[in-house]
Amino acid sequence: MLELYLLLAVMLAAALVASETRNLLAAAVALGLVGFSVAIMFILAQAPDLAIVQIVVETLTVVFFTAVILRTTDVDTTVTQGLKMETAMFVAAFLAFGGLFLALIIGVLQEIPRFGEPVMRIAQEYVQLGLERTGAANIVSAIILDFRGYDTLGEATVLFTAVVGVLTVMRLASRKKPGEF
Amino acid sequence: MIPYLACVLLFLIGLYVVISKRNLIKIVIGFSLIEYAVNLFFALVGFKKGALAPIITQPEQVRMGVARNFVDPVPQALVLTAIVIGLSTTALMLSLAMRLYEKYKTFDISEIRRLKG
Repeated sequence: MLELYLLLAVMLAAALVASETRNLLAAAVALGLVGFSVAIMFILAQAPDLAIVQIVVETLTVVFFTAVILRTTDVDTTVTQGLKMETAMFVAAFLAFGGLFLALIIGVLQEIPRFGEPVMRIAQEYVQLGLERTGAANIVSAIILDFRGYDTLGEATVLFTAVVGVLTVMRLASRKKPGEF
Repeated sequence: MIPYLACVLLFLIGLYVVISKRNLIKIVIGFSLIEYAVNLFFALVGFKKGALAPIITQPEQVRMGVARNFVDPVPQALVLTAIVIGLSTTALMLSLAMRLYEKYKTFDISEIRRLKG
């Protein structure tokens, strides 16, 4: 499990870099580092399907970010050198909130099964009957496409809506002449 | 316990970025971080020590009870679609940010608010 802890540390460090760097391209690359360490952690957690999807999605995410940043600007003008009073006070307030949040979360995490020992009441049935009822050797795809097909239908609707939104936003402005709002 | 806490920390970093940064691209990055934290948390909740990926390689396995030695497939199935949805929402936010940049020539949300009048 040492690999998992190392990757978690890399992930948190990359997330901090992504949040604080002045160069937006570097922030996008750091976001990619977070995503790919999540993909490797999926492999370590025995979830190969998730790892495959995460690698594809993460590649596309970084490509999208890079495309937008190259068309616009790669300097985050809001990041200033030196510490401002306003920022320091906000960070202090957020640290207090984060500490409270962590304390509450630690209390909640005592209630769920410990790491590495899940309660698999529903899963037991899916694993026992999955191959017989659906003919899929991969239990995850049996759940997505068969046992919980309506879930997948709903999520496909969300996906479709988001894609329509992207197409609408990208088309709307390109029909107008440049300089006209 | 520690892996769960790391997920919570990643969530908090993402939340911090979303509510404190004034750059639109940074805010989109913050949303992505939150999404990764939740996905990873779900995948880790289903993890079982010493278990295999939930793929049946031989039909006899089910009868012999080898199936007991699988990680939990339910959270994996839920996360699989959530990852793809995350990509599409990120793309939507990025396209909106790009249109805003074309209009205001800046990613700074306080500048955008001021120019509106």
